[in-house]
Amino acid sequence: MLSALEGYQALDLTDDKGFLCGRILGDLGADVIKVEPPGGEPSRRIGPFYNDIHDPGESLYWLAYNANKRGITLNIESEDGQQIFKKLVKKAHFVIESFPPGYMDSLGLGYSSLSQINPAIILTSITPFGQTGPYSHYKVSDIVEMGMCGLMYLCGDPDRPPVRISFPQAYLHSGAEAAVQTMVAHYYRETTGQGQWVDVSIQQSAFMATFNAPWFWELNRVVLKRAGAWRTGLTSGVLQRQIWPCKDGYINLPVYGGALGARTNRRLAEWMDREGMSDDFLRKIDWDTLDMGSVTQEIWSHIEQVMVKFFLAHTKEELYNEALRLNIMVYPVSTPRDIAENKQLEAREYWLQVEHPELNESITYPGVAVKASLTPMRVRRGAPLIGEHNPEVYQELGLSQDDLAILRQMRVI
Amino acid sequence: MPDVFAGVKVVDFTWAGVGPITTKYLADYGATIIRIESRNRPCILRTTPPYKDGLPGVDRAAYFAIYSSNKYSMSVDMNHPKGVELARRLIAWADVVAESFTTGTMEKWGLGYEEVKKIKPDIIMYRTNMQGQTGPVCRLPGTGVNLVGLSGFAHLCGWPDRVPSQPYGPYTDSVAPRFGAAMLIAALDYRRRTGKGQLLDMSQFEAGINFLAPLMLDYFVNHGMASRMGNFCPYAAPHGAYRCRGQDRWCTICVSGDEEWQSFCHAIGNPEWTKDKKFSTLSGRKEHELELNHLVEGWTINHTAEEVMTLMQGNGVAAGVVQTSQDLFQDPQLEHRHHFWTLNHGEIGAFPHLGQAAVLSKTPAQPRMPSPCLGEHNEYVCKEILGMSEAEFDQLLIEGVFD
Repeated sequence: MLSALEGYQALDLTDDKGFLCGRILGDLGADVIKVEPPGGEPSRRIGPFYNDIHDPGESLYWLAYNANKRGITLNIESEDGQQIFKKLVKKAHFVIESFPPGYMDSLGLGYSSLSQINPAIILTSITPFGQTGPYSHYKVSDIVEMGMCGLMYLCGDPDRPPVRISFPQAYLHSGAEAAVQTMVAHYYRETTGQGQWVDVSIQQSAFMATFNAPWFWELNRVVLKRAGAWRTGLTSGVLQRQIWPCKDGYINLPVYGGALGARTNRRLAEWMDREGMSDDFLRKIDWDTLDMGSVTQEIWSHIEQVMVKFFLAHTKEELYNEALRLNIMVYPVSTPRDIAENKQLEAREYWLQVEHPELNESITYPGVAVKASLTPMRVRRGAPLIGEHNPEVYQELGLSQDDLAILRQMRVI
Repeated sequence: MPDVFAGVKVVDFTWAGVGPITTKYLADYGATIIRIESRNRPCILRTTPPYKDGLPGVDRAAYFAIYSSNKYSMSVDMNHPKGVELARRLIAWADVVAESFTTGTMEKWGLGYEEVKKIKPDIIMYRTNMQGQTGPVCRLPGTGVNLVGLSGFAHLCGWPDRVPSQPYGPYTDSVAPRFGAAMLIAALDYRRRTGKGQLLDMSQFEAGINFLAPLMLDYFVNHGMASRMGNFCPYAAPHGAYRCRGQDRWCTICVSGDEEWQSFCHAIGNPEWTKDKKFSTLSGRKEHELELNHLVEGWTINHTAEEVMTLMQGNGVAAGVVQTSQDLFQDPQLEHRHHFWTLNHGEIGAFPHLGQAAVLSKTPAQPRMPSPCLGEHNEYVCKEILGMSEAEFDQLLIEGVFD
């Protein structure tokens, strides 16, 4: 099978701020070499862990986002290490890094140096706020970025502090964003022969998740607030549920009015009626003209009350199955188990088995994000162990066994 | 500045979030993008608030405009036979056809991949929808707001003792376009080298799960069932959003190591309680986290969120204002990065469009055109791009093809 980036090589020096960038280039077929400091990248200690054992070799976070990469160790703070890195850059196509602004430059490995060695090289730098600007040297973590990007203020219950999504997201936005921007630079390089420096901001990457919210301020001088399980950002001010409790969990049903929601609302009302759980009030509603922008709180509260009772009498599986039959927009709020057992994913052969000889088993991974008919994204290998590919990568570079032994002794690799 | 995608031509049937956000990358880096829109069923982003002055109108909606700089808009009635004919002519011109309808819609117009390939054998067709082009559920309608439930993000947002708090908006619409755009650009480059097009099928559900991948490994390996936990983080304390002075003002603080804890204590002036031994190690701080959070908030409440951030950062502690929409438009860092592109929109006037999250040193993304009004470029596209005569264009106009 063909791969879009077959024959291209990337050197990946990132920590968790940028793992996903190299992973996506790897899925597209690039030979991605993870370059870690001797002893391993500290981000190997991010959970969850294999068998819940906190061992740096067995972070599931590491495994998930470093699949499709080979791994070497190299101390780029040593002079020998820098010389070797420059040799690697000579034949590479991409360098991805997430050090603080100025760090690579301080080692003599900034863009100006790398581009002298290889004018076609693309250097992708992922930093909290970009290379320059008043916040460029700020320290961050996931929660700090989720606050600064504007999403967090919009999430959570109104009577409690704003919340982040419980699984860290900001660095996944920046990693994935960096992959796209790197591909833009790649396209330019392939048409002109010129590499360049791609400067990615995590804050700006995660900002994408705020959608239209900031513009309520810009156009209407309204600051949107978090509304928990309810929808915010509607003109009417009526509280409308998006998350509804059911018998064994929750379902998702943002009630749209007008043409977008008419079919779902009407069929749902008929379904409730068939089960004897509707009432005269609902039977009289014209679902084609119900407009959630202008509906009154009184009307909406009545509708909501009927729906709440109906959903509580059913499991999420019952509700989703019937929703599929009726072709309406009632979706489950999935737990990890629900996702693992989802029939659509199974039918599309989504899940992948990745061999882990070091653990003596194969592990199920989420599949690639896009199916392509000619140059599919693929997972060819699991994440590397610390320095796993030192022998083969350094041999490809022309270093002998003796050279490697000396470098190891000097703690360069 | 050179345009990376100069000469790349896209006929863009996408609507709502994922498709337009994907093609925004191509547009901002120089491709020619023609949005095919419908007056009868306008893009739902054109009919979603906020509107200029709060007055609804397809050309007054920010949600549509923010993703649509550098794109042309054409209104085509695809239920009119000549509308489909017009679409076929545009496909013959294009390198990429993008669409994001419910599966079967393009087929209904005779524009499924096989048909499109007959019009343009080397076409790249980028298709994205909720759950993919195949499988038992491929035709189920929905939006990204539904996918936030299906793909696990709703379950993972909020407090353990409460109903989940759905993250704002169609969260997966911010996730899926990155995967789609990376693949699409790769396919464009492959086509440039080999002359071969292909079909891309992006399920927004499948792409979304990639942002929770370690939790799925945890489920398969450990039977782990991750769930929402407020702002709790196993590796840090203090960790959370702390109430500051003012109306609903908050600052996040994240203290992970013991060294950072010392910096934090120094930043707040080493009050007596910070010397309590039980707080001196991370495990101690985790064990007494509720009490700790209470004490931290006792300090933050007397300062503005901006003061807390500046003071913490000055001492090397990770912290940041929980920014509101208003804050974002006054954020000096976003301004420094030209995060917003203010362009003169035909109906809204001076309007900050969304820029790009990265700066490319040789080919920075360029704001060239404001977001179009619906059908603004009907005449331009027909005459300048398709080379239609005045008479032919007028005929289509009279026949209602652009309605």
